[in-house]
Amino acid sequence: MAKIACALIGSGNIGTDLIYKLRRTEHLEPVWMVGIDPESDGLARAKEMGLKTTHEGVRALLPHIQADGIKIAFDATSAYAHPEHNRLLTDYGVTVIDLTPAAIGPLCVPPVNLAEQTALGAKNVNMISCAGQATIPMVAAVSKVQPVAYAEIIASLASKSVGMGTRKNLDEFVYTTSQALEKVAGAKKGKAVAIVNPAEPPLIMRNTVHCQVEGEPDRAAIDASVLKMVTEVQKYVPGYRLVNGPAYDGDFVSIFLEVAGKGDYFPPYAGNLDIMTAAAARTADVIAAGMLARVEVAS
Amino acid sequence: MSAVVDPKGPLAGRKVLLHDMCLRDGMHARRHQFTLEEMTRLASAMDDAGVELMQVTHGDGLGGSSRNYGFSKHTNAEYIAAVAGVLKRARISVLLVPGLGTMQELKEAYDAGARSVHVATHCTEANVSPQHIAFARELGMDTTGFLMMAHLNSPEGILEQARIMEAAGAGTIYVTDSAGYLLPDGVTARIRILRENLKPETELGFHGHHNLGMGIANSIAAVEAGANRIDASVAGLGAGAGNTPLEVFVAVANRMGIETGVDLFKIMDVAEDVVVPMMDHAVRVDRESLTIGYAGCYSTFLLFAKRAAARYGIDARDLLVELGKKKMIAGQEDMIEDLAMTMAKAQGRFEDAASSLAAEARG
Repeated sequence: MAKIACALIGSGNIGTDLIYKLRRTEHLEPVWMVGIDPESDGLARAKEMGLKTTHEGVRALLPHIQADGIKIAFDATSAYAHPEHNRLLTDYGVTVIDLTPAAIGPLCVPPVNLAEQTALGAKNVNMISCAGQATIPMVAAVSKVQPVAYAEIIASLASKSVGMGTRKNLDEFVYTTSQALEKVAGAKKGKAVAIVNPAEPPLIMRNTVHCQVEGEPDRAAIDASVLKMVTEVQKYVPGYRLVNGPAYDGDFVSIFLEVAGKGDYFPPYAGNLDIMTAAAARTADVIAAGMLARVEVAS
Repeated sequence: MSAVVDPKGPLAGRKVLLHDMCLRDGMHARRHQFTLEEMTRLASAMDDAGVELMQVTHGDGLGGSSRNYGFSKHTNAEYIAAVAGVLKRARISVLLVPGLGTMQELKEAYDAGARSVHVATHCTEANVSPQHIAFARELGMDTTGFLMMAHLNSPEGILEQARIMEAAGAGTIYVTDSAGYLLPDGVTARIRILRENLKPETELGFHGHHNLGMGIANSIAAVEAGANRIDASVAGLGAGAGNTPLEVFVAVANRMGIETGVDLFKIMDVAEDVVVPMMDHAVRVDRESLTIGYAGCYSTFLLFAKRAAARYGIDARDLLVELGKKKMIAGQEDMIEDLAMTMAKAQGRFEDAASSLAAEARG
């Protein structure tokens, strides 16, 4: 079956894990990986797995875009580098999936608004943040039942899974995730907190979601909506688990989650990498299906 | 009051900048509910007694007001502006923990009157702080790199982390005993390695908690090893069993000939007449705060663990010991209720929607 050729920009933790995820999709084929460090482990792995690689940045990829038929690129660099990457790639007609917190394009969380985003045909889609991918489905599940006046999330990440890009972008992580709690999950006000924990052995990613609802919480309806959404996320992140809750205290609803990864490039504790790459792969796969369908109609 | 000075003491003549924590770490013990009137009255009294630097924010610093850490009665900007309005001499500092507070909030604090900042990270994660440290320096603020839970890293490891903060522009590095777990030799080793290896102009500080009753002894050990800034709070108002009690440190410093610039009898009066009446509970070494120091837990977990223990019928000490074993760090207050629920479920006394999923999975 025909597949859409993809390029990965950034050879760090996220970019490298993405190769594994893309190879399991129906419609995507990873063809190129772009880095800036010739010594990077990610580039070496990509080469081993048969991808073409360059350590000379995005500009070195541009001459190959047409010849290799690249239609989708994933940017896993940093919020600072993304705007330039996006401009160069979209000039060549490439659709960009943004895994940095730059958030130039519409924000996407697959079980919440993927269908809506793909219908709009955006040329740049932003994946928010790992914490956003883990918690927005839960806030959305509560806000389906009744209005959420305030949503707050706390994401605890294993130190070993947090790369330098994320470390330099913690403020952007906070801003982008907080905004997404409002724009995508439907909370009137959002707040996000990130904790980097160095414990050994590394702790599996945890996320806590506090929603303040308007009026008395409808417990039965919220429980059902949350449980249903957990199974939706599990379709593409099997290690997504409701550990405790929903717990009710006055008008607050609290949900305690754990996200174990598939153990591709990183061990299972790095659920934060996994949920980002799995969500990006899922998003791109749906976009690719649309591209392929259009090709069929045209021929 | 004239000090009873020992002019021949080994530390005689050393100058120490005392940095009061009542209006920040003390916010934990007040569940972040200080009124503006209480804050300004206490700040003004400390200013009058000669305290030169005081930290003013939510207990968890900028961005701290939240469901997870407790909503504060007023915004940080409101607290800072109110205190700035009454100070004659002292300066205001703030706490900024990257991942919780942001540079935008630091700018707001600066605009409200803050001129000094502790940029705080866990003692192994200093590389989340260079942007914030550089930004604070751009604002012209007195900038400290604040390495929390310092017992969880070796002296060599602390040095490596301190170098990251120093390179980013921090003028002062703190060894922060957030758990009140360190003993004097542990403090000495950490401060000494910093003094021997950082730039000579880089200042060093120590922030203690009194959970094992070591606040004063640890602070003196820090001064002996080369620290010249000490965090303390009047009457010890702070998280856990409180911080190093400031008035006690002043008395000991006077005996040793260490100069603090704080008037002992005046600060005793502030402790007795202003701070103690403001306490919600007696801030002291009780069985839970002692457990925190003993198990190496974050001091702020105290009231959260007591509340979760009462709600789910668990002994708070069992919770604290387990949190220490799991190496939970500053900011992971959410994991206290989570653990209490898990423990209550294991004892068959609690169920929620997640239990039904777990039951299904077991088939």
